[in-house]
Amino acid sequence: MLDFDDIQHILLTRVPALTGRYEFLSFRSAAGGRAWVSTIMEKVHSAQAMRESVDKDKRWVTVAFTWNGLRALGVDEALLATFPGEFRQGMAARAETLGDTGMNHPDNWVDKTASPDLHAIVILFARNEEERERCQAEHDKLLARCEGVERLSALELQAIPPFTHAHDHFGYRDRLSQPVIEGSGEEPTPGSGAPLKAGEFILGYPDEDGASANLPQPEILSRNGSFMAYRRLQEHVGSFRDFLRANGSRPEERELVAAKLMGRWRSGAPLVLSPDKDDPELGADPQRNNNFNYKQMDPHGYAAPLGSHIRRMNPRDTAVNMNRRRMIRRGATYGPPLPEGAPEDGKERGIAAFVICASLIRQFEFAQNVWVNDKNFHELGNERDPIIGNQDGTLEFKIPKRPIRKKITGLPAFTTVRGGAYFFLPGLKALRYLAALGNSQ
Amino acid sequence: MPDTSKQNDWTKPAALTIPKGGFFADKVEQGRYGPIFPKTPACYGFSIIAKIKPGTEENFYKYARNIEQAVAGQPDVLAVLKLHYLRWNLFEINGDTYFQYMGIFDTDFDKYTEDAVAIFAATGLNTVFENLEGFPKDWKTNAAAFIKFVRDHHRPSFLEYGEYPYVSADEIKKALKVKAALGHMLDQMQ
Repeated sequence: MLDFDDIQHILLTRVPALTGRYEFLSFRSAAGGRAWVSTIMEKVHSAQAMRESVDKDKRWVTVAFTWNGLRALGVDEALLATFPGEFRQGMAARAETLGDTGMNHPDNWVDKTASPDLHAIVILFARNEEERERCQAEHDKLLARCEGVERLSALELQAIPPFTHAHDHFGYRDRLSQPVIEGSGEEPTPGSGAPLKAGEFILGYPDEDGASANLPQPEILSRNGSFMAYRRLQEHVGSFRDFLRANGSRPEERELVAAKLMGRWRSGAPLVLSPDKDDPELGADPQRNNNFNYKQMDPHGYAAPLGSHIRRMNPRDTAVNMNRRRMIRRGATYGPPLPEGAPEDGKERGIAAFVICASLIRQFEFAQNVWVNDKNFHELGNERDPIIGNQDGTLEFKIPKRPIRKKITGLPAFTTVRGGAYFFLPGLKALRYLAALGNSQ
Repeated sequence: MPDTSKQNDWTKPAALTIPKGGFFADKVEQGRYGPIFPKTPACYGFSIIAKIKPGTEENFYKYARNIEQAVAGQPDVLAVLKLHYLRWNLFEINGDTYFQYMGIFDTDFDKYTEDAVAIFAATGLNTVFENLEGFPKDWKTNAAAFIKFVRDHHRPSFLEYGEYPYVSADEIKKALKVKAALGHMLDQMQ
């Protein structure tokens, strides 16, 4: 049984939000930081609370901390040492392993998330802009009351119209393939596999390998918590559309190139199930749009190229131990949409997402290091993920086709990492533990 | 450091000297569990050498039979490790018995280390490693300790040679499939 009343809602549920705001904070004083935690934690919904009141609520708050943040709040050094090495180092220090080099290097990040002064994130999702602005004003007041708690940066989130379905700035339908946690009450859609043991995502529960082990201490801090990798990914929409035009003279050809990069049509319809033409009804149907595999249905990548984004991020039956590599994704788009036909306007827009998992090194870092950025994934030789891989213009993308494959050389970077960090996402009891740290000292 | 531009030319046998310590100082790639040992004309590889616990030698021979049966029963059991060859040796130094485990493969060991740990558990490979001095008792749940043992006991090459340099096992298998298919095609033309 999962402790629904202790687990932060973001781990188990999505909220019906159209906007939001992330604030990145630094604690110059431990007492000030704890004062902030003790107030904000009253606003944090557990999974249970969220489910009970989702229809009337207008905003949802999530709080998480970097390793430096836990230290700044006064967590004991011996306990801090029990957290995993990659979390202690932080995302910026792991840049090379993650493929965050060149333009993606932390030196180029714009939101101070690479700074050791980053201590916490507060994630606000809201039904509408009015509510977001109201919450922001309330939070401003709280910051003013908490001495030494400083906002390093903030990012406003905004869904992209049409709001009928979640999609990114490139136009790809999102949220199609998510793991389901055993005991969460959710049913996996066809093709999504069986529910996974909670320990793959939530600390303190058995995982796919058996009992959970090597948990950070004390247990009250780690239980019902998780780790969260934040990625702010700028999407170069103008460059993406230029690329489609350069590689397809007719609209249908351009759509097919876009689909080949992703492995799905922009409608969400998987190429494995609809290889030659788009099928928006299929794309919108959760009972069908994830019901496919690769080994039997598309072993050579004639439908979905071997190096396409979804074949890398979830290789399904073409990888082993998949149950130990799954991740929960949350997040939203930011920046103004670029109207169709408009030239690149130079404004930053993209996705600001969270990858939630029990082990950053085994799940998130593996995906980044091996699936996204290994040039030799599936023996491809000179490719990285065409959507989120580190592209420097020297790599290629191969589209299997009879009799001769199509090879696109000099693939441009459609995305750039603009910020990122590793956070620990505590349970509600753990938040109370952190808020009370000063009382026992 | 190795000249990567030559890596696609399988027609030219190549040898590569490797600096002391096993890394080229100007290009050390960071893996998830530490620096990655470089790819050479003989692909990636490791040579793990460790002292065995006294009196456990027979376990190694028993384990060899287990592996033989495991691979015979499920030929793709080790596929994820992208192997060319594995060699196991036992040898004596000053009355102590040492174990050498040498592998040649196509991906740096760091990438699939958790998969390797899972395979070790599934195939009984652990039965041999658990007989090595210093092997972490909690290896099943502690991939970091497992990889540290491997790294601590890896003796990097100082020279490696490839008759068909940098070619992967998959490429070799593809070439053999093409050869077999052409042979089949020619049979149909008779």
